[in-house]
Amino acid sequence: MEMEKFNYDNEIVRKFIIATVVFGIVGMLVGLTAALQLVIPELNAGLQWITFGRIRPLHTNAVIFAFVGNGIFAGVYYSMQRLLKTRMWSDLLSNINFWGWQLIILSAAITLPLGITTSKEYAELEWPIDIAIALIWVVFGLNMLMTIIKRRERHIYVAIWFYIATFVTVAILHIFNSFELPVTMLKSYSWYAGVQDALVQWWYGHNAVAFFLTTPYLGLMYYFVPKAANRPVYSYRLSIVHFWALIFIYIWAGPHHLLYTSLPDWAQSLGTVFSIMLIAPSWGGMLNGLLTLRGAWDKVRDSAVLKFMVVAITCYGMSTFEGPMLSLKNLNAISHFTDWTIAHVHIGGLGWNGFLTFGMLYFLIPKMWGTKLHSQRLANFHFWIGTLGIVFYAIPLYWAGFTQSLMWKEFTADGFLAYPNFLETVTQIIPMYAMRALGGTLYLIGVFVMVYNLMATAKSGSFMKNEEAEAPALAPKYKPHAGEYWHRALERKPMVLTILAVVAVSIGGLVEIVPTALVKSNIPTISSVKPYTPLELEGRDLYIREGCNNCHSQMIRPFRSETERYGEYSKAGEFVYDHPFLWGSKRTGPDLAREGGSKLRKPNSWHYNHFMDPRTMSPGSIMPPYPWFIEQDLDVSNTAAKINAMRTLGVPYPEGYEDQAVADLNAQAEEIAADLAQGGIEVAANREVIAIIAYLQRLGTDIENEGTEEVVSNP
Amino acid sequence: MLRFVKQHMETIVGVELYPMVSFLIFFTFFVGLIAYVIMMKKGYIKEVESLPLTEND
Ligand code: HEC
Repeated sequence: MEMEKFNYDNEIVRKFIIATVVFGIVGMLVGLTAALQLVIPELNAGLQWITFGRIRPLHTNAVIFAFVGNGIFAGVYYSMQRLLKTRMWSDLLSNINFWGWQLIILSAAITLPLGITTSKEYAELEWPIDIAIALIWVVFGLNMLMTIIKRRERHIYVAIWFYIATFVTVAILHIFNSFELPVTMLKSYSWYAGVQDALVQWWYGHNAVAFFLTTPYLGLMYYFVPKAANRPVYSYRLSIVHFWALIFIYIWAGPHHLLYTSLPDWAQSLGTVFSIMLIAPSWGGMLNGLLTLRGAWDKVRDSAVLKFMVVAITCYGMSTFEGPMLSLKNLNAISHFTDWTIAHVHIGGLGWNGFLTFGMLYFLIPKMWGTKLHSQRLANFHFWIGTLGIVFYAIPLYWAGFTQSLMWKEFTADGFLAYPNFLETVTQIIPMYAMRALGGTLYLIGVFVMVYNLMATAKSGSFMKNEEAEAPALAPKYKPHAGEYWHRALERKPMVLTILAVVAVSIGGLVEIVPTALVKSNIPTISSVKPYTPLELEGRDLYIREGCNNCHSQMIRPFRSETERYGEYSKAGEFVYDHPFLWGSKRTGPDLAREGGSKLRKPNSWHYNHFMDPRTMSPGSIMPPYPWFIEQDLDVSNTAAKINAMRTLGVPYPEGYEDQAVADLNAQAEEIAADLAQGGIEVAANREVIAIIAYLQRLGTDIENEGTEEVVSNP
Repeated sequence: MLRFVKQHMETIVGVELYPMVSFLIFFTFFVGLIAYVIMMKKGYIKEVESLPLTEND
């Protein structure tokens, strides 16, 4: 057979590697800053752009989409060319993929600190960036599928299946979760409201973990572990079951993120059952990875690459075991809203994604630069300090989550909350936060050591921009021999495989979304729940801008410990006008769903002083001060457009109300300013603080007004 | 397990169809998958699983 000569494109891999490392460091530094701010709130230096609520999304987006994202592209572009024995289909598309992705990251790095955010976790970026993401993702997918079509290797190795599933599923998730109505170039409202919005969001959030942080990395595992160990995967059969089981089941497990919230019971139960079932394929995959090294443990001792991979796979196993456990109602009741969740995701993030990336980098750079790793000792040092970092990160946070949850739930013998002041449960765990920051620092030191080691390695070799290779062309007509099974034929047809993957993930998605979308009776309406006033709506947008939802939940669960502390538990019908929902996922501060209700209501002046400096009202608080609320004027230039947008989304503002909105807003603002003035606080009525106070005072008041007459001026 | 899922859904008319249908699809798919995987030919597996190792680099 005639051999064809061609080149592998190493240059694109190199670019993605550099981006992976650079954004890894940036993302982790931002994470470390956020972690330290929970110990020393002054650390934002009074700058609004780097307060906790704004940089936590920056951290999560940076590590997920910039660090892991670029890591995926680097690994996929490297392994796919070699597994298919061909160069990428189009160098142009490869480069558009690269530069487009970096531009998206750059725009995230600018908009998130500016408070331009949708507030939906891991989907915070505003609509123009969402569109850019969709376009670049399609470029990646097109390049990948075309490369598969023009391949020189007949069989498609399982790693590539994982890549295909990643591409199609992330595309579906991203598009469905990004349905939003633009108000301005930089502001939009989620198409969905309340419960439905939450359902879609966590369907997305959960599956982003599955299909952005897991499936592509499993593909990398199935390529790089055999490669580094120089032996085939333990069981190829198992890998096929792993693949289909994973993509089929994962998509079902979304509702477990909302256990004990206002989601209909049946959706919660369905999610739980499937989460438990997820253990089987995940552990199958973990064992498959680890057993690939059976009888080769001596190699592991000598190779930093394999060491990183072993710990990565072990962490994958740990978090995929813990995940389903956390979806059990009993355990979830303890872990939810606490730092337990944060510990859990960091086993996955630092261990699985981080360590697999490092292993891949230690493997790739000597190879692509045609040299040996500069220092095995430094790599080993990185391995140990990184492992130690994970331990120091996770254990204190597990402890913190557990402690805080117990304190929230503890009652005295007389039936009162043992810690009625939420802050006590926070100050208790601040030492744990400090330890966690130490763990993060250790981990980051390891990364810096790696950067030095890899740079020294690159220096000692010479980079092969294009790597020569040869392989016979694929015979155009392939006759399947007798007795060949359908799957093998299918596996050679990437388009069919792609479509099947779409079908598999769509079924789970539909089953979850359709009933909630169609069956209105799912969400009982409450007649006293009314739309927000224009001032409250603007206040709500400030809440979104500042990312208060990164510390505060708005979801009171039906436990005595919660109703005792916050008031009546949250009802699905209370959120019907909430575009987007703001339930939050973590309680660093107390729940605010009923902050204006009779149990928690505070004077306007309390809020004013609390925003000026939380510690004057709550000594020892770790909430950042928001002095700029008092200095900045509320922007009402889009209020009318916002009312219109909300009406389009189904919020019953009367026709023409947008013309009256600003006048109503001013009137309500004057009232609050006058009330503050009575308490001796002089502040202009057009300041932001007035709007955010109006919003907080509204929270939870609707259902207390049940039966009262509608106020005419209040739409 | 199905009973556990079902009891929570009775409030919504016809909704029990969704998880039922999908569970059945899911179940048949897996039975088929397992059967297929067991019947896979040794020679084919040898060929595919060595793909990461046989590349010429
Ligand atoms: C770093 C996490 C953090 C962020 C971000 C944060 N808070 Fe807080 N918040 C807390 C903590 C902790 C407390 C409890 C101690 C206290 O009263 O200050 C608290 C308390 C509160 C309270 C008093 C609740 C009560 O009933 O006692 C309100 C109201 C509040 N925050 C509003 C906000 C708003 C509005 C924002 C956004 C502009 C915000 N918080 C951002 C952590 C945070």
